[in-house]
Amino acid sequence: MSLISTHNLTLVLDGQTVLKNVNIAINRGEIVTIVGPNGSGKSSLLRALIGALKPASGTVTRAEGLRIGYVPQKLQIDATLPLTVHGFLNLPNRQPRAVVEDALKKAGVGDLAKRQMVDLSGGQFQRVLLARALLNTPDILILDEATQGLDQPGAAAFYRQIEDVRRDMGCAVLMVSHDLHVVMAASDRVVCLNGHVCCEGTPEIVADAPEYRALFGTGTQGAFALYRHEHTHSHDHDHDHTHCDGDH
Amino acid sequence: MLDDFLLRAALAGVGVALAAAPLGCFVVWRRMAYFGDATSHAALLGVALALSLDLPVFAGVLVVALAMAVIVATLNGRNVSTDALLGVLAHGALAIGLVAVSLLPNQRVDLSAYLFGEILAVTKGDLAVIWGGATVSIALLVWRWQALLSATLNPDLATASGLNPKREQLILTLALAVTVAVALKVVGALLIAAMLIIPAATARPFSRSPETMAITAAVIGMISTLGGLAASFAFDTPTGPSMVSVAAVLFAASTGLAAVFRR
Repeated sequence: MSLISTHNLTLVLDGQTVLKNVNIAINRGEIVTIVGPNGSGKSSLLRALIGALKPASGTVTRAEGLRIGYVPQKLQIDATLPLTVHGFLNLPNRQPRAVVEDALKKAGVGDLAKRQMVDLSGGQFQRVLLARALLNTPDILILDEATQGLDQPGAAAFYRQIEDVRRDMGCAVLMVSHDLHVVMAASDRVVCLNGHVCCEGTPEIVADAPEYRALFGTGTQGAFALYRHEHTHSHDHDHDHTHCDGDH
Repeated sequence: MLDDFLLRAALAGVGVALAAAPLGCFVVWRRMAYFGDATSHAALLGVALALSLDLPVFAGVLVVALAMAVIVATLNGRNVSTDALLGVLAHGALAIGLVAVSLLPNQRVDLSAYLFGEILAVTKGDLAVIWGGATVSIALLVWRWQALLSATLNPDLATASGLNPKREQLILTLALAVTVAVALKVVGALLIAAMLIIPAATARPFSRSPETMAITAAVIGMISTLGGLAASFAFDTPTGPSMVSVAAVLFAASTGLAAVFRR
């Protein structure tokens, strides 16, 4: 029995079909990454999974009592809202201090509890979001482009943190990402999405799939190979698939 | 004791300041300044409705403000160009309200009382309505405080925590309508939004948590109210605008101080 799954999920937003007959299932403890071009419905899929979007047809099934830790794509806190990191982690449910401290430590920002949210750097902010998602010891972490706005070392460090968290807590991880080469290597399974599931499987299988190549071209292949061989610079990106490079 | 009109005025002002402070914080955090404008300007339409149907003014204002707030909240959720739209609603409501009041047959309506308030004419009955409404508004916000804050930060995050952001928005809308209805007598339709926003904005530089900001805003609101009342008595100036003027001066001082301290 999977933690969370969709059956023929179809989503319609503002009259447009963004997802059609999507079937995915996430099992306990696995890391699954969703890749796909802009506008392919990745974020919408996650939002449907957490219950923020209602399916036009099809179903979303969550295991009973499933605890979800959600890290949204963007969270802009208005500068007029004074809020400490500690206060943020107590929303909406007040937590014992020790629980908050522990979550912050697991997310690698144990020393930030008293800081104001609006004063945090991009990387610190994402880690605080991660800490918040860890509060209720989730069965599954759902991350929506959690490294947006981070530079490449920052993104890589963030993903290492995610792997640590999974090792410590044993939770499943479902994430959407543009940082293909980092993410693909860290994932057990990759789902390539473009309004529907184009292909899915282990990173190697997906990277070789013609559907995936049709979407991302060989540039990604290069980037993928790049990670596998641990080179430090990329090449062969003179076409417009730059979102595959992770340097946005 | 309540026979002194100044005391009644002070109590009325304090009641409104207390209700407006936490609500005003949300208006500021959620960038809903126009939302406050549109709702409070719609109060005039409520006055016209109440007078033409021979209802209590409070009831008419409450109904119309609530309707306006719901309309604005609904439109706000969609991806229409909200800034301009809210501007249209805010000013349109005011203009139509003015026209509607002037069209009332056989009524000699003291328009300026509704535009700028007439706090010095507050009766014991008014006081009961004001404190009753203020209590409802404050109770709503205290009850939903954590949930409202979460929904303000990010609707999806709130949903993932098992909350319904739409319901929280509705609570705010309701509190806003009630506050507008009770504040009409005190500061008038034109300046209700000012009493929402200015104390909250004044409190911001000295606050490290949402709660302290709301409490500080309440204190600033009370100082503005009482200071404005005293100034109005001393200099024979209109009371509602005097209170907002005091608040604006406090805001300038607070912003200035904050700039100095940051350096």
